[in-house]
Amino acid sequence: MLYFLCLILFCVGLYGVLRKRNLVKMIIGLGIMEYAMNLFFVLLGYRFDGRAPIYAKDQEILNMVDPLPQALVLTSIVIGLGVTALVISIAVRIYEKYGTFDITKIKRLKG
Amino acid sequence: MELHILLIFMIFAAIVAIEVKDLLSSVIAVGAVGFALCLAFLVLKAPDLAITQLVVEILCLIILIRATINKDLPLVIEGRWVFNTLSTLGFIAVFLLFSWLALRELPRFGEPIMEVVKKYLQEGVSKTGAVNIVTAVILDFRAYDTLGEATVLFTSVIGIMAILRRPGRKKNNEK
Repeated sequence: MLYFLCLILFCVGLYGVLRKRNLVKMIIGLGIMEYAMNLFFVLLGYRFDGRAPIYAKDQEILNMVDPLPQALVLTSIVIGLGVTALVISIAVRIYEKYGTFDITKIKRLKG
Repeated sequence: MELHILLIFMIFAAIVAIEVKDLLSSVIAVGAVGFALCLAFLVLKAPDLAITQLVVEILCLIILIRATINKDLPLVIEGRWVFNTLSTLGFIAVFLLFSWLALRELPRFGEPIMEVVKKYLQEGVSKTGAVNIVTAVILDFRAYDTLGEATVLFTSVIGIMAILRRPGRKKNNEK
């Protein structure tokens, strides 16, 4: 059920990327898809009644959640910031050149 | 239960972010999605991810607001509205069908397999000396991944500088 809600969030982002004609809306859709994928990986590693994967000094902790998806998602979040910044800078440049965010109005790229 | 509420809130905020007319409101709504994701990481016992997501979300909001402020959104007259919407919904239906087929093969929620990570959990403290296993994984067992991540970040910074640079102003003054 939780996995399916996460996939519905992904589909909302996919709809934004495929259907909208505004560049900023498409970038926002990309961001939402990225959030959904990060959340999906962390959901895969969750364990009922689990603890955060940090050892304490004087107690034995047995039921930790899976730290491996968390480590990979940590990398993925930071790379997502780089991707968003690069795409936004391209969009700003396109706005300066054409004066619009509408992708159907950018006609000089057509052959 | 609180995860369900957070996820439904995120879905509604994402729909608002996609569908609202004003660009600035849309950016604010996607910020709401990001902060709800931060809370969800806290509920899922991932404090490192929550801190990173908070910082990255604030930076993303600043960049997005910089891009959308003072920009008008012309009223777009959609051509071939029915065909576009139907084909998009068709793609999404195919995606949901295959993901539903794939979800049946996954382990149930709350009972992960934990095959690979068993070794890390047993030997992490004695081999690396870090009590936080996430830190031990990203900075010791998989340190080359982190090096690659830093490379990707520097590449994107170089790309942004190359795109947003304004060339040739000094040359005009010299003439």
